[in-house]
Amino acid sequence: MPASVRTPAEAAGTARFWRTVIYVTLIVFAVMYLLPLFVMVVTSFKSLDEVRDGNMLSPPIRFTVEPWRAAWGTACVGVSCEGIAGFFWNSIKMVVPAVAISTLMGAFNGYVLTKWRFPGHRWIFALMLFGCFIPFQVVLVPTAQVLGMLGIANSTAGLVLVHVAYGLGFTTLFFRNYYEAFPNELTRAAMIDGAGFFQIFWRILLPSSGPIIVVTVIFQFTNIWNDFLFGASFAAGNSAPMTVALNNLVNSSTGVKEYNVHMAAAMIAALPTLLVYVIAGRFFVRGLMAGAVKG
Amino acid sequence: MAFLDIRGITKRFGNLDVLKGIDIAVEAGAFLVLVGPSGCGKSTLLNVIAGLDQMTEGEIHINDTCVNTLHPSKRDIAMVFQSYALYPNMTVAQNMAFGLEMRGIAKPARERAVAEVARTLQIEHLLARKPSQLSGGQRQRVAMGRALVRQPQVFLFDEPLSNLDAKLRVEMRTEIKRLHQAMKTTMVYVTHDQIEAMTLATQIAVMKSGEIQQLGTPQEIYTRPANTFVGGFMGSPAMNMITAPIETDAGGAALRLAVEGAGSILLPLGPVQQALAGFTGTSVILGLRPEAITDPDSADRGSRATVSNNCLVEVVEPAGSDTFAVTRLAGVEVIARMRADADVRPGTMAPFTFNMEKAVLFHPETQQRLG
Repeated sequence: MPASVRTPAEAAGTARFWRTVIYVTLIVFAVMYLLPLFVMVVTSFKSLDEVRDGNMLSPPIRFTVEPWRAAWGTACVGVSCEGIAGFFWNSIKMVVPAVAISTLMGAFNGYVLTKWRFPGHRWIFALMLFGCFIPFQVVLVPTAQVLGMLGIANSTAGLVLVHVAYGLGFTTLFFRNYYEAFPNELTRAAMIDGAGFFQIFWRILLPSSGPIIVVTVIFQFTNIWNDFLFGASFAAGNSAPMTVALNNLVNSSTGVKEYNVHMAAAMIAALPTLLVYVIAGRFFVRGLMAGAVKG
Repeated sequence: MAFLDIRGITKRFGNLDVLKGIDIAVEAGAFLVLVGPSGCGKSTLLNVIAGLDQMTEGEIHINDTCVNTLHPSKRDIAMVFQSYALYPNMTVAQNMAFGLEMRGIAKPARERAVAEVARTLQIEHLLARKPSQLSGGQRQRVAMGRALVRQPQVFLFDEPLSNLDAKLRVEMRTEIKRLHQAMKTTMVYVTHDQIEAMTLATQIAVMKSGEIQQLGTPQEIYTRPANTFVGGFMGSPAMNMITAPIETDAGGAALRLAVEGAGSILLPLGPVQQALAGFTGTSVILGLRPEAITDPDSADRGSRATVSNNCLVEVVEPAGSDTFAVTRLAGVEVIARMRADADVRPGTMAPFTFNMEKAVLFHPETQQRLG
């Protein structure tokens, strides 16, 4: 038997060896990636004494939810000691309308740019795409001026406007590409059926856009919720969003550093995006599957 | 004025003439088929009739109303698309009722209309399903149902059967013909399939590069094609086209064709020679359908102008119901349609009978039919 020919048993052995190497590598990286989250979770359920004395990685000896309660209701953010609850609601009041409006407008833009093409539609789309690549910092000063002129500086409404304007490029890109593959014969059939410009959008295109709506919502929600720069620049004080408040909480310099409270606050700040991934992600996969079996 | 009257329609994209002056007039209840190779402008013409594409010049009248400026939904037409274009988010019933809903028809009336059409098309059991849960043939039926529900003055079909498999296509063809016979509504039907055109139409418009080559009944188009393009496009296998010089003898004008290995054959032009004034001494194109060239036993006994001659059989193609024999005359391939059990073998000489009553002559340069 030539040496290069392997028996099936040998081949299976080699395959198992490489598989083991791959899995071990993956597990090591997964642990590395998850370690900070683990530390956050265990720290947020320890008392401050235990944080100071114990091991960072050890689970809490006396489990307590007190840090979470403090972070939510009594921790000091700057000079006021009412927790981050108010700022959490600020973020919700900012993110819900901003995501809804930018998604809807993106869908509408995509509809017009693919199904009702007008002279120069390529230019309009190119300019919107260009908007995606402008760094936030470049537009800070002019944005502040515009918000001032409109009288919505330092308000949640102002932040909503900024996020809608900034998100429009991305949402338009998503929907345009999705509707590009949407057959034109459908809009033509609807026209013959007597549906108007808006009816075609509301009754035919939008109800068929499930997967891309989910993608856009996840993308926009994560971006807007996690934004720090616009929040810090245009909504200081009482209308600040969660991210800014978290920073202020951690940087408040009165007394000892309450790491357990900080970790709990950071967890609270991260939960909504996690929730959106878990809930919307399931619909996302379902949408992809529905498309896959359609044939 | 005709029921559907299309006058002088042109369409230009920049320098490109997609339609170059189309005139068609058909009476109410006609089944007009627009047929031609891809890129001939037939689908564009249909979209112009529907109002989905704008024309550059011309007028369209439906039932004495000029519809030029009317929106597609106001033209009282319904269209069946090649991809069926069923709304993916709606059930079959909602798809069918959508046009009525947009016209503000009350729900009970809509449901009655949908139920009635569903019964005619035997798709009642599909009404609650989504288009993605239907097979190709079922989608096709639903698309037709959506058009039928509206009871329009004109139905427009844009290659509705081209996405179906061969067997289903033949079934649906019969179904469409049956529907037309039952409803007697005017229909305009676009296809590239000449058999669909022949079987369905009361009027066929053969198109090529934005122009109508011939408008007529299937019979006219088949037996008296206006030019070599129509003769070659309609009919399968295609009409044989043989260029040959005219000779005049005692019996009148005749064509001499070289036969491989057997000298030549003289085909009398008796039945068609009155068209030949001015062509003596020159060549013309002889058009002969495969069925006008057969074995002697299946030759048309009623014909007054049959000629038989031995020719070399190059290829034999049995097709079940017929056997096609390929030979070579005057240097070009010629296909003959023989009966299924005709005794022909490739590489041997066999008798071929030419029925010159069915012959058509074309001008050698303009390619137009003579006479």
